[in-house]
Amino acid sequence: MATNRRTFLKLAVGASAAAASGFPFLCLGAKPRVVIVGGGIGGATAARYLRRADASLDITLIEPKAAYHTCFMSNEVLSGERELDSIRFGYDALKGENINVVSQAAKGVDPDAKKVTLANGDVLSYDRCIVAPGINLDFYAIPGYDAEAAERIPHAWQAGPQTALLRDQLRAMPDGGTVVIAPPRHPFRCPPGPYERVCQIAHYLKHNKPKSKIIVLDPKDKFSKFGLFKQGWANHYGYGTDNSMIDWVSAKQGGEVSAVDAKQMSITASAGTFKADVMNVIPPQGAGMIAVDADLVDASGWCPVNEQTFESTRYPGVYVIGDASIAGPMPKSGYAANSQAKVCAAAVVASLRGEPMPAPSWVNTCYSIIAPEDCVAVSAVYRLGAEGKIVAVEGAGGLTPEDASPEMRKRAVAYAHSWFRNITRDTFG
Amino acid sequence: MTVRASAYTVAVLAAFALSPCVSAATPSASMLANTCAGCHGTDGVSIGPATPTIAGMSTEYFVDMMEAYKADEIPSTVMGRIAKGYTKEEIEVLAEHFAKLPFVRPDQQVDEAAANQGAKLHRKFCEKCHEDGGRSSEDDAGILAGQWTPYLRWSMDDFTSDKREMTKKMRKKVTKMLEDHGDEGIEQLLQFYASQK
Repeated sequence: MATNRRTFLKLAVGASAAAASGFPFLCLGAKPRVVIVGGGIGGATAARYLRRADASLDITLIEPKAAYHTCFMSNEVLSGERELDSIRFGYDALKGENINVVSQAAKGVDPDAKKVTLANGDVLSYDRCIVAPGINLDFYAIPGYDAEAAERIPHAWQAGPQTALLRDQLRAMPDGGTVVIAPPRHPFRCPPGPYERVCQIAHYLKHNKPKSKIIVLDPKDKFSKFGLFKQGWANHYGYGTDNSMIDWVSAKQGGEVSAVDAKQMSITASAGTFKADVMNVIPPQGAGMIAVDADLVDASGWCPVNEQTFESTRYPGVYVIGDASIAGPMPKSGYAANSQAKVCAAAVVASLRGEPMPAPSWVNTCYSIIAPEDCVAVSAVYRLGAEGKIVAVEGAGGLTPEDASPEMRKRAVAYAHSWFRNITRDTFG
Repeated sequence: MTVRASAYTVAVLAAFALSPCVSAATPSASMLANTCAGCHGTDGVSIGPATPTIAGMSTEYFVDMMEAYKADEIPSTVMGRIAKGYTKEEIEVLAEHFAKLPFVRPDQQVDEAAANQGAKLHRKFCEKCHEDGGRSSEDDAGILAGQWTPYLRWSMDDFTSDKREMTKKMRKKVTKMLEDHGDEGIEQLLQFYASQK
C-alpha cells in the first residue's frame, strides 16, 4: 500500500497542478476514484449518474445496510395501502453497473489525506468524496426519548423496521385508542411527511378503528401545505367538527413536547400530559453522524456547500448532497436529493477533467396522499441565481390549488405512484 | 498554456453569449433532461402506471405541449407549474434531446377483443395523423402506441369535455368516432394502443 500511496500522492499532486491548468485528470492514465458515503437516494443516484457520465471512473458506494427503505411512501405502509417490501431497494443494479458497493459503515472521512475509514478498519483513498448520510435523529432533544425508547415509541422517520413497528402497533391498537404524533421543528426531512402520516393513519383508523383519535403535538404554528392538509383533514376525517378524528395542537396551543415516558406511554407538552396507545415521536434532526464526525457541519448542524457543485465550503474535494446539505430553498426531500446528486455528479466529473463547472438545474415535487383518491403536491424548479445561490424560478412551481377538482386530485394519486416507481428506478436501477 | 487558456476563455465567453439569463450559462441538454427523470423515468421512459413516456416525441409536439402547459391550456396536476420553470430555449433543447431517445413500450394489461375492435377504429379515424398504428410522432401528433393507458384516457377525457383544445382535423374525427361508437370506441382504441409492442 505504501508504494501505491506514494505513487498515488505523486499522481494527485500532478493532477492538481494539471487540473488547475485545465488539463484533464483522466489523461494521466490513473482511474480517478470517487467514494460515496451513504446508499440512500442521494448516494445511489450520484453513483449511477457518475457512471452514466464516465465509464472509466472507479466508483465505490459505502453503505452498511443490504437494502434501503424509502422514507417516501412509507406512510402508505402504515395505512396498509402498500407492503413494506414495495419500499425496499437493494444494490444489485448498481453492482451490475460496475459500482463497488461496500457493505460497511464509514467511520471517518479525512479530507486532508483524502481517505475514508470503514468500520472494519479498511481505508479507501479517493480523488473526490461524496457524503450523502441523510439525517441523524437528535435523541437528546426530548427528555425520555432516546434510541432505546424508539424501540417502544417509533419515530419511523428512517424507514424499514421502524415503519413495520409503527404499523404493527396501529394494527394491535384497540378501537377507541389514542394515537399521538409529535412532528419536529424545522428544518427536518420531508416537511409535509408528518401531516401526510396523520392522513394515512386517519385513513386506516376510519376504516378499521373509527372510534379512535389522533392527537398531533406540534412545536410549530404552521407547516408545509398547511391549507391543503387542513382542508383534506376536514374533507375526509371530520377536522374542525365535534366529531374530528384529528386534534392538531399548535405551538401556540401548547403543542411543543417537553418529555416522553415510554413506560407509562405518556407524552407531556405545555398543553398537558397525554396518555397514548400508540405514539410516534419524530425528533429534531441534523446531518447524518458521519458528516458531524468529519466536521462537515456548521453551527446549524447541517452542511454548508457551494450551491453550484455541492462541494463542502469547509473541505475541498468533499461534496455533501441530500438531506444533510444546506441547499438554499430546496426542501429535504427524496426528489431534491435525487436532483442534487445529478448536479453534483456532473460537477465532480467536470472537476476531475479540469472543465468549467456545469450550469445546474434542479427540480422538486412532493406529493402527499391525503386519502386513496385525493393527492396534493408542491413543486419548484430551481436555478443558480446571480450570487451563486440556488433560487426557485419565479412564476413556476407552487401548490395544488385548494379548489383543484376531485378528478385532478385523483389523477395526482396515480402520478404520485408513478413518481415513486420512476424515481426509485432512476435511483437504484 | 497561453493557447489553452485562451481557448478556455473563448469557450466560457461563448457559453455566456448564448445564455438567455444573466446569472449563469444555460444548463446542458442532459442537465435539463435529468430533472424530468423523477416523474417521467430515466431517459424519458416511464415505468408507469400513469405518467407518460416522453422519449421519442417529435420536437414540434414536445415544444407545443410544454408551451401549452405553460399557458395553462392543458389541465394538469403539476406539469403546468413545472413547465413555467423552463424558458423557450430550454424547452427546445429538451425537445431535441428527448426526440433522439427511444420510446420503450411497456407490458400493459389488455382486453384482446376490445383491442381488436380498437385496431379497426384506429385505421378508420386516427391512422391518417397517428401513423404506423400510433407509433410515429410526426409534427404535432403524439405517440399513442404503448403510451400509458391512464394518461391517454385522461387526455381523451380532457379533449372530449372541452378542457383541452383539439385541432380541427382531430375534432372532426373524434366527433365522428363518438357518434358511431360512443365511449366504448374510445376504450377500444385505448386497448389497441396498450396492446402495441
